Amino acid sequence: MTWTRKDLLTITELSVDEIELILTTAESLKEVGDRDIKKVPALRGKTVVNLFFEPSTRTRTSFELAAKRLSADVINFSPSTSSVVKGETLIDTARNIESMQADIIVLRHSSPGAAEHLARFVKSSVINAGDGWHAHPTQALLDVFTIREKKKQIEGLIVVIVGDIAHSRVARSNIAVLTKLGAEVRVAAPPTMLPLYVERLGVKVYYRFEDALNGADVIMMLRLQRERLGRALLPSTREYATLFCLTAERFTLAKPEAIVMHPGPLNRGIEISPAVADSSAAVILDQVSNGVSVRMALMYLLSGAA
Amino acid sequence: MMDSAQNERLLMDAQEVSRALSRISHEILERNKGSQDLALIGIRTGGVYLGQRLVTRIQQIEHCEIPFGELDITLYRDDLSIRKGQPEVRKTSIPFNISDVKIVLVDDVLFTGRTIRAALDSLMDLGRPAEIQLAVLVDRGHRQLPIRANYVGKSIPTAREEKVQVFFEELGQVDRVSIITGSRDV
Repeated sequence: MTWTRKDLLTITELSVDEIELILTTAESLKEVGDRDIKKVPALRGKTVVNLFFEPSTRTRTSFELAAKRLSADVINFSPSTSSVVKGETLIDTARNIESMQADIIVLRHSSPGAAEHLARFVKSSVINAGDGWHAHPTQALLDVFTIREKKKQIEGLIVVIVGDIAHSRVARSNIAVLTKLGAEVRVAAPPTMLPLYVERLGVKVYYRFEDALNGADVIMMLRLQRERLGRALLPSTREYATLFCLTAERFTLAKPEAIVMHPGPLNRGIEISPAVADSSAAVILDQVSNGVSVRMALMYLLSGAA
Repeated sequence: MMDSAQNERLLMDAQEVSRALSRISHEILERNKGSQDLALIGIRTGGVYLGQRLVTRIQQIEHCEIPFGELDITLYRDDLSIRKGQPEVRKTSIPFNISDVKIVLVDDVLFTGRTIRAALDSLMDLGRPAEIQLAVLVDRGHRQLPIRANYVGKSIPTAREEKVQVFFEELGQVDRVSIITGSRDV
């Protein structure tokens, strides 16, 4: 199949074929990262603008590296050092960037729907690199890429997502992609951290972490976003750690060959114990390096459709 | 898919293809004075099948291991920024260090020379080979770049708009080379 989309905004809009195309393209591009000269000329002369209205090192660096490996020119734009502090709107900022001939705009923003809004106003391709609690499609794609690499296929796997599902764009996008590809998705969290009617997303709900782990192939831990929450959802961080930390002991409840994922940054001792995070079951660093391949694949595909 | 309006004119049958490959194997060994520091790299997709067959033949003649790699040139195409819809990227897999090795690049049809230009650039990014030679099953002319093959199965004069297609046993077809006319995607 041929890629025809101008933008990548959510997982929900993608067909299974489109997801497959992204993943197989990423598989082919992964080899570039193993070379001595980690660069191919596919996007020579194209300009990628990283427009990050929220702090991020991992995602921004990953996009930057992906663009550079494809020989695109990269501009990093952060609002604290820009005219946004002078009151410029998102659309005006983006239009200015577009008139500098940007081909791809990578947007992270705290408002859900920001990427979709932007995509309507600019001719450049827009990649959603996280919009509020809504979606983080590239994270979900790199997660399924990593699962497929380790487990060969997604269909039929039992994937447990643990943590603050209600406020996690990573969870939302992962639930979308995993259910689309035929995995059984379980979510485990205290009731305050589950959105209302979460089972409508096609997941099974568990309030006890141990119950959810039974027979699990993949355990996806979410970061406890302490900066977003305050204390509203939890009596204490320590209580959360006691009930929902992935310890070596709890890990034994999953399948022996189960893998452990985490979108980073890790809160060691809160949602994941160091023993598990540093074990051979953890594929956290694979997720990071696969992120570059998946983002390369997306930029390659989008630059043909623009 | 074969259109009903398509016509196929045979240029080489299975036996001719096989003989050409055998001759090229000998020529490769002759020119390189044996198989020392020699490696073959096939350009996806046709070049990979042909390259594998050449490796088998050379190994039968010389009784030694010949390293073999598969190269996808998509990311090096010169029309990526012009065309709409990106071509599919397939895997490049070269499981050996190409530096200081004599590389024989293998492709099925030599036409404009643009694929070979892309392949050369791609190889240069992977290392510094001692030498790069080119083997093709068919040279159909109409070069747009100063590129020439060292080993040619058969030179076939063609019209520019004609379509030369190589069929492979590996893809469940009878080995042969044909000119396809009346095809809509020329």
